[in-house]
Amino acid sequence: MVIFIRKLGVLTLSKVRGMGRMLLFLLNSLYLIFVPPFKFRVMLRQIRFFGNKSLVVILLTGSFTGMVLGLQIYYTLRKFGSEAMLGPAVALSIIRELGPVLSALMVTGRAGSALSAEIGIMKITEQIDALTSMGLNPLRYLIVPNIVAAIIVFPLLTSIFDLIGIYGGYFVGVKLLGLSSGTYFSQMESLVTMQDIRIGLYKAVSFGVIVSWVSCYKGFYTGYGAEGVSKSTTSAVVTSSILILVWDYFLGTLFV
Amino acid sequence: MIEIVNLKKSFDGQEVLRGVNLTIANKELTAIIGKSGGGKSVLLKHLIGLLKPDDGDIIIEGVDVTVVHGKELDSIREKFGVVFQGGALFDSLTVYGNVAFPLREKTKLGSREVRERVLGALDDVGLRGMGNKYPAEISGGMKKRVALARALITEPSIVLFDEPTTGLDPIILHSIHNLIMATHKKYGFTGVIISHEIPEIFGVADKIAMLYDGVIVEAGTPDEIKNSSDPVVKQFITGSLEGPIEIVT
Repeated sequence: MVIFIRKLGVLTLSKVRGMGRMLLFLLNSLYLIFVPPFKFRVMLRQIRFFGNKSLVVILLTGSFTGMVLGLQIYYTLRKFGSEAMLGPAVALSIIRELGPVLSALMVTGRAGSALSAEIGIMKITEQIDALTSMGLNPLRYLIVPNIVAAIIVFPLLTSIFDLIGIYGGYFVGVKLLGLSSGTYFSQMESLVTMQDIRIGLYKAVSFGVIVSWVSCYKGFYTGYGAEGVSKSTTSAVVTSSILILVWDYFLGTLFV
Repeated sequence: MIEIVNLKKSFDGQEVLRGVNLTIANKELTAIIGKSGGGKSVLLKHLIGLLKPDDGDIIIEGVDVTVVHGKELDSIREKFGVVFQGGALFDSLTVYGNVAFPLREKTKLGSREVRERVLGALDDVGLRGMGNKYPAEISGGMKKRVALARALITEPSIVLFDEPTTGLDPIILHSIHNLIMATHKKYGFTGVIISHEIPEIFGVADKIAMLYDGVIVEAGTPDEIKNSSDPVVKQFITGSLEGPIEIVT
């Protein structure tokens, strides 16, 4: 019994220490965003990295999510004779919820995993030690540009997802199921507010911080060899995805 | 001068360094020899503050690097050049970019002067015309040369070499050793070489220190080490299977 309690204590302490280290990693990186010298060129490269890696996936998932939503919501609304509400229903679901969340999950799988693996390989090949040995802060060179890039890219990708998703719903509702184009858009115009769009973009920004933070952290503290990088990459995707969904719920309760 | 005093370090309860004492003289090449996995690289990482010891001090030019942090530690690190075991070249940069990196980040030199110095350094290590290649496109020996050029580009007063010739064929090994000696002669840095290249290292270093079981068992000139009566040193330099060194296969 004593051994069990001791092991539980050791495990708890190690988890708490790990969480503390992860939080300090984020706070240090956020602080360095505002402290020169700024690494604009690296940041631009990372914006391209996130965008380039994820754009096609965002286009595909956005369009099919909108189409599925259009189909399912249309059949539900028809039971109440409210097909005219299809446009706002699709738009609100996508703008407030599915756009930011699905975009973030897709970017996590596509770019977050690649980012974690890249930093992990830099760690095990001593490239991070090389930076430190030159008297340079590796957070400034490797982590800060990724967090800033994600803060810029996530809302852009989410906006693209939203737009494509709404047109996916339009394609199914109007072109396939015969709803009038005017009804689809006019109801949307009157029921979707700027506040809804802002909520979606706030979520996208916070998800950007979560994905870049977790992916970079997992790579930065990777284990030994190829197995270590493999584990940290998987952990980056799983942890980011869980945090996205949990954080989405908390933000959802704030903005209801 | 670098003074290592009673340095101790454990990982997960396993003692790797059990009280290392060593003095490294200015402008000399000191080689630290010892069996693989014996803590040589761990010792080297302590010198530059990449690892913090459990106990002990490392005094470099009057400053204890085990207790300083932040900018003070960074300013001490600027005195160092490090050639890491695998080169540790930045994958995303070309050979030229790698060598120019410390100059671009740590000095205010103009691009013309950076270019002159980088091309000069690449000439020194025999890599003229290779500046546009990426690390993935060059051989292991070339990577070590680029790493050496990068380590020397800021003309540091101390250069650390972590197994600079491991995994190289005998000819490339000799060429890297010659390069270390030539650059040492040219720049006059204090050099610390981690190596288990016996007997080649005797022709390179001014002083040899043998690390075994977490302590320095003997330190002296190459001739003193070659003629040592210490059974551990004798077994290591002859490569004998018989002796006090535990052999793990």
